Amino acid sequence: MSRILVFGCTSAIAIEAARIWASRKERLFLVARDPRKLEALAGDLRTRGAAQVETLVMDALDFDRHPSLLETAEQALGGPVNQVLLAHGVLSDEARGREDFAVAERDLRVNFLSVVSILTPIANAFEARKHGVIAVIGSVAGDRGRQSNYLYGTSKAAVATFLQGLRNRLFRSGVAVVTIKPGFVDTPMTAHLRKSPLFASPQKVGKGIVRAMDRRKDVVYLPPFWKPILLGVIHVPEGLFKKMRL
Amino acid sequence: MNRPCWGRYPTAEDQEVLPVFWSHQLPDLRAEGRSFLPRGLGRSYGDSCLNPGGTLLDMVPMDRLLQFDPATGLLRCEAGVSLDTLLRVFVPRGFFLPTTPGTRFVTVGGAIANDVHGKNHHQVGTFGALVRRLELARSDGSRVVCSREEHGDLFRATIGGLGLTGIITWAEFPLVPIDSHGIESESIKTRDLDEFFDLSEASEADWPFIVSWVDVTASGKGLGRGLFNRGRFASREWAERLPEDRRLLPPKEPRLSVPFDLPGFLLNPFTIRWFNRLYYAKQFRDRVHAVGHFEPFFYPLDAIRDWNRGYGKRGFLQWQCLVPWDQARPGIRGILQEVAASGLGSPVSVMKTCGAMAPEGLLSFMQGRGVTLAMDFPMSGQDVLDLCERLDARVRDVGGAVYPAKDARMSPTSFRAFFPRLEEFLRHRDPALSSGFWRRVMPQEVW
Repeated sequence: MSRILVFGCTSAIAIEAARIWASRKERLFLVARDPRKLEALAGDLRTRGAAQVETLVMDALDFDRHPSLLETAEQALGGPVNQVLLAHGVLSDEARGREDFAVAERDLRVNFLSVVSILTPIANAFEARKHGVIAVIGSVAGDRGRQSNYLYGTSKAAVATFLQGLRNRLFRSGVAVVTIKPGFVDTPMTAHLRKSPLFASPQKVGKGIVRAMDRRKDVVYLPPFWKPILLGVIHVPEGLFKKMRL
Repeated sequence: MNRPCWGRYPTAEDQEVLPVFWSHQLPDLRAEGRSFLPRGLGRSYGDSCLNPGGTLLDMVPMDRLLQFDPATGLLRCEAGVSLDTLLRVFVPRGFFLPTTPGTRFVTVGGAIANDVHGKNHHQVGTFGALVRRLELARSDGSRVVCSREEHGDLFRATIGGLGLTGIITWAEFPLVPIDSHGIESESIKTRDLDEFFDLSEASEADWPFIVSWVDVTASGKGLGRGLFNRGRFASREWAERLPEDRRLLPPKEPRLSVPFDLPGFLLNPFTIRWFNRLYYAKQFRDRVHAVGHFEPFFYPLDAIRDWNRGYGKRGFLQWQCLVPWDQARPGIRGILQEVAASGLGSPVSVMKTCGAMAPEGLLSFMQGRGVTLAMDFPMSGQDVLDLCERLDARVRDVGGAVYPAKDARMSPTSFRAFFPRLEEFLRHRDPALSSGFWRRVMPQEVW
């Protein structure tokens, strides 16, 4: 049986991953900032069969509380956590981020710095225990900067690089670090965007996350068709790329 | 984004779609001059799930199971939860829906708003009859938890209220315990309408699930012939013969689908007549007994995803009526004669006797003891609309009703005749909510 900590668990993708864990009767520790969403979701996961569901209201920017997070979760669940999924993030209006550094700064703090802050004590604990899986939701947007969302992309690229290093460091301790790179997903975050056939359902992506964590993968694109697409995007020469409207 | 209705007639292009993710984050419904309509999985056949020129509130993302008590079976869940989800989650734990329509791809909110019925109506009544409580979010910003005891009038307006009394955020109803997924069923050939009536009356006490398929293209002596289906959950002994981990299997994902619109000419009066004949002839024996998974018994059409595309681009009309019991034999006979004489056939037609329960909601289609008959007509043009109008007139004459959830064309006059408690309903309607159906049957109402 697993004890799983999910940060940003009310994101549509994390909900679907958590539902799979609930059907497997795992123990779940859910962290999110909206208590009403947390309550509804906790009821859902209990009803779907989770052996235990505990919740904590916390903001990703509450850096002072991050060091005690793992201990709080383990006390509530009555034993060591062996899987962690970070699913929180913001996608601000790119135009506002260009005008206002405060917006860009907040996005970087939420999407990137909080990941470092949350994972620092967790990675150290897992390293010492020589056991565990850490997964973070990045984005295909982090693979190459494009004018339409390079602030979001920057934060996700930073996450990917941080996880690369962490994976390399924790490999010898038997701790898996999984970078999840979803493409477009039909969630509240993208509710304002026009839907196209490229959009995947949160169910599909959630399933992919659980599978990737089960298999201790390194980097997964979800759905997998994004991998060859991004391989192409990465290799477009910069001289050409800068002229494109992307 | 276009969201069609299930019959794909009529069409509505200029609809805005707003997904609703969380109960406490509903959009402000007081937008000037704009109407909203909560919508589930869009299985309503006609314009009761359309809102041309307005906004559809997509309730499907509101899909949390809030609370479940295994001791009593009582479940509280959000309105966007589908019956399919409930079966997947609860069948493996030994619970089934208290009643279910012929498709599991509907939401709880939609099942309440249309006060849907199932094969066990003669024993338990409609879905709405089983709902204990629900929460309604109104456009004035209020939240009302209603039940038969609290705000009973608003509760009765909401059951079968076509989504027009407020947004159902959650509902509470019991699931029923089962030993296995097995259904024991019998399919019995009925040669005419009288056999259908006799068998129905003889079966209602011992068989909780009853429905008949009818060959509506047959006339003369064979008028009303069909296959009478009755079922009940399989015995505990049957369940115990299965390995323990294979007794409670949820339904499978549909494997087949109609990936594109089939050409409309495939379903014409000639092919429909032959399809009906073959379907009737396919069963050689007078009686076929079987025990198997509940899925093909309750949800035969769910096996084919997007089966509505089989009717082609012009879509189809479903027409379903309820004929009160005292008029049932002559009433149904007259309707079948009218259909047979029109030469327009329906490939899938179903008929069943309904229980004597008083209607649960002010606009409930199920209004007491009677017989309900449902037919699908490919939308071939004015001839189909004319036929439906003639059928409506027959139902008006016998004091019956036609089902709004299936309707795309009934007249305002018919609507008022079918739903005598309309005036009472109007007092509870939320002014911000409307639908294509509503504006069609209530053209004089200012909204």
